[in-house]
Amino acid sequence: MAPLLQAAPLALVLLLFFVFPLLATAVVSLWNYTEYSLVPDITQRNYVEMFEGCSNLSDGLCATFRTYISTLRLCLMVWAITTLLGFTISYFLAFHIRSESVRMALFLLCTAPFFTSNVIRMISWLPLLGREGVVNQALVATGLVDQPQDWLLFSEFSVVVAFVHLYTLFVTVPVFNSMMRIDRRLMEAAQDAGASPWQTLWHVVIPLTKPGLVIGSIFVIVLVMGDFVTIGVMGGQQIASIGKVIQVQMSYLQFPAAAAQAVVLLGLVLMVIAVMTRLIDIRREL
Amino acid sequence: MDEDRRPFSFWVLAAVFAAFVVFLYGPTLTILVLSFQGPEGGLTFPLQGVSAHWYRVLWAGAGVIDIWSSFRRSLWLGLVVMVLTTVISLLAGYAFRRRFPGQGLLFNLTIASLIVPSIVVSLGIALEFRLIDDAVKAFAEAYEVAWVNEAYTTAMGLFTSALGAHLTWTLPFGLLIMFAVFNRFPDNLEEEARDLGASPWQVFRHVVLPLVAPSLVGVALFGFTLSWDEIARTSQAIGDTNTLPLELQGLTSTVTTPEIYALGTVVTGVSVLVIVLAFLGVSMAKRRAAKRVLG
Repeated sequence: MAPLLQAAPLALVLLLFFVFPLLATAVVSLWNYTEYSLVPDITQRNYVEMFEGCSNLSDGLCATFRTYISTLRLCLMVWAITTLLGFTISYFLAFHIRSESVRMALFLLCTAPFFTSNVIRMISWLPLLGREGVVNQALVATGLVDQPQDWLLFSEFSVVVAFVHLYTLFVTVPVFNSMMRIDRRLMEAAQDAGASPWQTLWHVVIPLTKPGLVIGSIFVIVLVMGDFVTIGVMGGQQIASIGKVIQVQMSYLQFPAAAAQAVVLLGLVLMVIAVMTRLIDIRREL
Repeated sequence: MDEDRRPFSFWVLAAVFAAFVVFLYGPTLTILVLSFQGPEGGLTFPLQGVSAHWYRVLWAGAGVIDIWSSFRRSLWLGLVVMVLTTVISLLAGYAFRRRFPGQGLLFNLTIASLIVPSIVVSLGIALEFRLIDDAVKAFAEAYEVAWVNEAYTTAMGLFTSALGAHLTWTLPFGLLIMFAVFNRFPDNLEEEARDLGASPWQVFRHVVLPLVAPSLVGVALFGFTLSWDEIARTSQAIGDTNTLPLELQGLTSTVTTPEIYALGTVVTGVSVLVIVLAFLGVSMAKRRAAKRVLG
């Protein structure tokens, strides 16, 4: 009885602010709406309108598909870079640093920015990447380019830079955690059996790091797929994303349309997670 | 082979690591420097003198509308989220040490709350409150509840919908930390205390709580800082008022003076202060726990 009561506040909060809202979203996505109000109904309108013109490929892709492809492209780029970078950083910390206290200090150095504001960390790129920014000044001064480059800021490039800046630690932490659990004797055994360092990395370290890599990947993919803040601020409100579409529809009070977008986004995210968790048992990793 | 000689790969990886740290901290340090821009200075280098001009502008509140009231709102909300996250996570983490019905479901829900995209959660909460509002208004109209008809606008607000939105983000972190803590917790202590005749409350108060206290500081740190910086889940779920990060997001496209760097530096300063306080808190709690064991 006691454990049930102790878990009750958590269950209550999740019920009120997570389960009910998701149910409300699913239900409202089937409702109709006018300029002023929601009309309870069971209609396919919102889903039909979302994919309007998508079956006709002769006129090019429909808006929804273009948005999804643009978001998935970003997702793929950010995932590839953060995974590679996060893995490298963790590998260095886990296997090259010998002192436990130095390792923890460097680990904290990599993760502390998690506790500071994302928006401010985005703003921080403005004086670096802008037309008059530090990077452009350096590029012109060294003669690498003739004139300041415009593609550095408010572009796909700056969005990716900001994502990597913000989210690499979501890969670093779980991957580092997995690496610290690897029995060092396995690596020595591989070495003694004549494996090259690359072979040890590929056949011993990476398979044993897989749980961390999967957890990190889920974080990065979900954060980028639903994003509208980073893409908005760093893309100069020019780049399409699924989250942005939802936000715009909300601001026009088209709640059912936004709800339908959210349901489709959630479905896509759950599919990605289902595929990825096939690879590991998350509960065992905690 | 000489054991102490660093391999070549060490130096390559060390260089990558150093570059990453520069990449991580460089931009923040850049706006810290630029926030001391002289009155004539702009958003980029060069520095036109060094002054506290933009901090004075910020302090006076000129240029940035009502920034201090959103600062206070975020601070209060952060503190409430911090306390609730700590208490709820501790209780739930303790509950998970034993079996109870629905355990698996609750765990999965908590993880789901962490990984469902924030915009979806935010939208859901907004819809939920809109449905509540519609229901309340319809009810009031049907039964002619005068004060509701006149005064009621929405149930959405800082300490209703926004608080809930923040908790869906902080509680999963809190619970995962408590899992990690209780996983390393010695099982026999509680049993021994019970054998000595301690009541369940005494076991919790005098055995469990002192041992987990240092980790609770960590949970509190997560609770406050995650709330202090939250945007995505708050965005649709707050109604008319704004939290500080939401104001900041709006300012990115309208403010064109170094004032925004001064504001950014102040906000980061609050986060750094909280992190330092947390570290002091942890080491103090640990020292007290050690004294208790020895004395």
